[in-house]
Amino acid sequence: MYDTSDTLRDTTMTDIKFSAKNVDVFYGDNHAIKGIDVEIEDKTVTAFIGPSGCGKSTFLRCLNRMNDTIDICRVTGEILLDGEDIYDPKVDPVQLRQKVGMVFQKPNPFPKSIYDNVAYGPRIHGLARNKAELDEIVEKSLRRAAIWDEVKDRLNAPGTGLSGGQQQRLCIARAIATAPEVLLMDEPCSALDPIATSQVEDLIDELRTNFSVVIVTHSMQQAARVSQKTAFFHLGDLVEFGDTQQIFENPQDPKTESYISGRIG
Amino acid sequence: MSHDIGAGSLLSGNNAKLRKRHFAELRLKAYGITAIAVAGLALFWLLGSVLIQASGAITETYVTIPVELEAKRIDPDGTGDPKIILRGSFDKLTKDALKAHFPTVTGRSEKRALYDVVSGGASFELAEMVAENPALIGQTIDYRFLASDVADLYLKGDFGDLEMLDISGKLTIDLDGDDARITSDAADFSRVLAEVNERLRTDAKRLRRQAARQNNAVSVYQARVNAAVTEEAKTKAQAQLDGAIDKRDALLAEADALETRASAEATTDSATEVLDEGNRSVFIHVDSGWLKLTALTADGAEGKVMVPPNGAINATSDWEFLMTDLPETSRKVTDTQVIALEELKSEGAVDHVFNWRFFTSSDSREPELAGIRGAAAGSFWTMLVTFLLAFPIGVSAAIYLEEFAPKNKFTDFLEVNINNLAAVPSIIFGLLGLSVFLGVFGVPRSAPLAGGIVLALMTLPTIIIAARAAIKAVPPSIREAALGVGASKVQTSTHHVLPLAMPGILTGTIIGMAQALGETAPLIMIGMVAFIVDVPGGITDSASVLPVQVFRWSDFPERAFEAKTGAAICVLLLFLVVMNALAIFLRRRFERRW
Repeated sequence: MYDTSDTLRDTTMTDIKFSAKNVDVFYGDNHAIKGIDVEIEDKTVTAFIGPSGCGKSTFLRCLNRMNDTIDICRVTGEILLDGEDIYDPKVDPVQLRQKVGMVFQKPNPFPKSIYDNVAYGPRIHGLARNKAELDEIVEKSLRRAAIWDEVKDRLNAPGTGLSGGQQQRLCIARAIATAPEVLLMDEPCSALDPIATSQVEDLIDELRTNFSVVIVTHSMQQAARVSQKTAFFHLGDLVEFGDTQQIFENPQDPKTESYISGRIG
Repeated sequence: MSHDIGAGSLLSGNNAKLRKRHFAELRLKAYGITAIAVAGLALFWLLGSVLIQASGAITETYVTIPVELEAKRIDPDGTGDPKIILRGSFDKLTKDALKAHFPTVTGRSEKRALYDVVSGGASFELAEMVAENPALIGQTIDYRFLASDVADLYLKGDFGDLEMLDISGKLTIDLDGDDARITSDAADFSRVLAEVNERLRTDAKRLRRQAARQNNAVSVYQARVNAAVTEEAKTKAQAQLDGAIDKRDALLAEADALETRASAEATTDSATEVLDEGNRSVFIHVDSGWLKLTALTADGAEGKVMVPPNGAINATSDWEFLMTDLPETSRKVTDTQVIALEELKSEGAVDHVFNWRFFTSSDSREPELAGIRGAAAGSFWTMLVTFLLAFPIGVSAAIYLEEFAPKNKFTDFLEVNINNLAAVPSIIFGLLGLSVFLGVFGVPRSAPLAGGIVLALMTLPTIIIAARAAIKAVPPSIREAALGVGASKVQTSTHHVLPLAMPGILTGTIIGMAQALGETAPLIMIGMVAFIVDVPGGITDSASVLPVQVFRWSDFPERAFEAKTGAAICVLLLFLVVMNALAIFLRRRFERRW
């Protein structure tokens, strides 16, 4: 169903979106990420894989400074978005997060209507001048999140009343409604059943045409199916980073091979 | 196999361990049910007793008496000016009306008792009525006077009803001025004799108790006599001992004598048995006249005329023989008042109406005039100030501490102190209010503003703790979702966290406010226990509050305040119910939003 050789073609013509240099993350005394260098390309799906607690989610949350909300978390090194250091004191994390949207592990729609869920971001960022524009953004976002047909008749129904898969796609719609450049997804399918998972995966593949997508996943099959680039994390180290096909078919590092073949993790 | 569980079949069920566990579960359930039952019973008891106590204040009593509105007493110059009319001597008119209606009441104290049948406030109401309608001056009108507290209590049966004694004989009365010699051709006075005897026995018992005390003294002196070393001391102790023995024996002899008299045979043969105010009062109602028995003799009784009968009473069988429930000394209502009220009752001049006055008037030293409105308004203003201060400050503090403050030693210290503040006795807050708000900032004494500030301080920790708990209970995923779409921290808090936490915050606030509503101690410190007659119109007027009113009324000696206290408690409870209903309503509203 997913032909990785077909997607490989795109990666050659992309430019660098995120560039991380020597990033260390500490939770108090715990050294969670150890000197990571990674470059994330635009209009590409990059998957972070690795066993639990390896730091892949932590690193993902560095990319839109969600770690700022944790008091004891400290980030050193340099993460550049389009050449600008996002940890520069002049950078406002709120502005950054508008550019770098995020979808979480558990679907977390606001306890508001479906419409308000999607409209919230554009509203606070002033992306719509009037109701008609807002309606348009909401519809466009819901369409791109492939959920429009299911909810168009009940936009005022609470978002929390949808099924798990629908909720997650609503969350994706909410994330893309603020017109981000990068979409971070933290195990977006871990709480979903196989059908919903496949719907979300299809969606991720489509989103690639507009966004740079970074996805953390536990499932190697999922990484193989949706990503063009894969990074393998282990105990806070970035063990291997490369084309997905290469990682899965010809891993360079023995740890990567052990993980992929199911011997660790 | 060494373990015995699992050895038996699932269906056998007679395992000792299993039975023990089932019993433990049953026992726990029984404890719970017992606890709830006890609590429910206590609540039922409390509410029941309050309601029963309050029932006396449901109605107020009026007595209708004709009053002549003499022009010379009200408005001698005939100006018709309401200001002049209001200054008329309506008090005198009221007294004259009572005197005219009960011409047989003579004597200073009897007259004073008669005037006390109507409320001291009744003449003011009469004055206001006449001022509004000056055309009434010069006429004689039937005016509904508000009954005084004792009259009200008597008419509601609070001092017991007049008991009808059985009569069988024909009554004959020989009048000699105010005194009367009463005879009946049958033994009609036996119940009265029983009453006299009861009194004698009671007195005898009292004497015996005194004798018992003397007996204690006797044994003490006896011990001294035995222990005395010098002859002189011994003589002195012996003298004391003899004195004590004499006293004891005298008391016992007296008690014996009383008990002998109390036996029926002795009484009939003896001379006069006096009925005094320590006895229950006994009346004879005959031919529109009232007589009060003063003494009993073997063949009849002696009495005093309170209201003379229309004619001579000679061997009539149409008479009533009545006895009060309590002796005159044990009730607030005098015999004169009892007769006057009985007369009014038989005239149909007494009516009870729903006590609106209780809700429309303020505090008064006269129980029948006292109402709850002033205190209710005071409570309202105080609660308003408390809410307006405590809610925004409390919620802001909670949001800051939960969402924004860094977790460090200082915020830990703050948290500990806020929790401690919730345990500070409320009177301490009153002292703080007295010294800081009244002393330094010059907030007016006794004002809802001062009370509200103090109660807000008292309520703050409750609101902060409840609000923090409610904010903490909002799932972090909501915050992440908001931050993830680029909402700032303030937007996250106000758009998402606060609305979700609002039901919990409101519950905490209402609990805190309910606590504040029932608070008395801190308000005592800032002068809200004062006697305030005016209904406060704002937060700087002098005011009292409901619990303070309850506290004050419960302390007043007038018996009628008992019912008022109960009624005030009911109003306070009603306030609480309304507040809780409001809380539930607000919670529902906030919850419906999503």
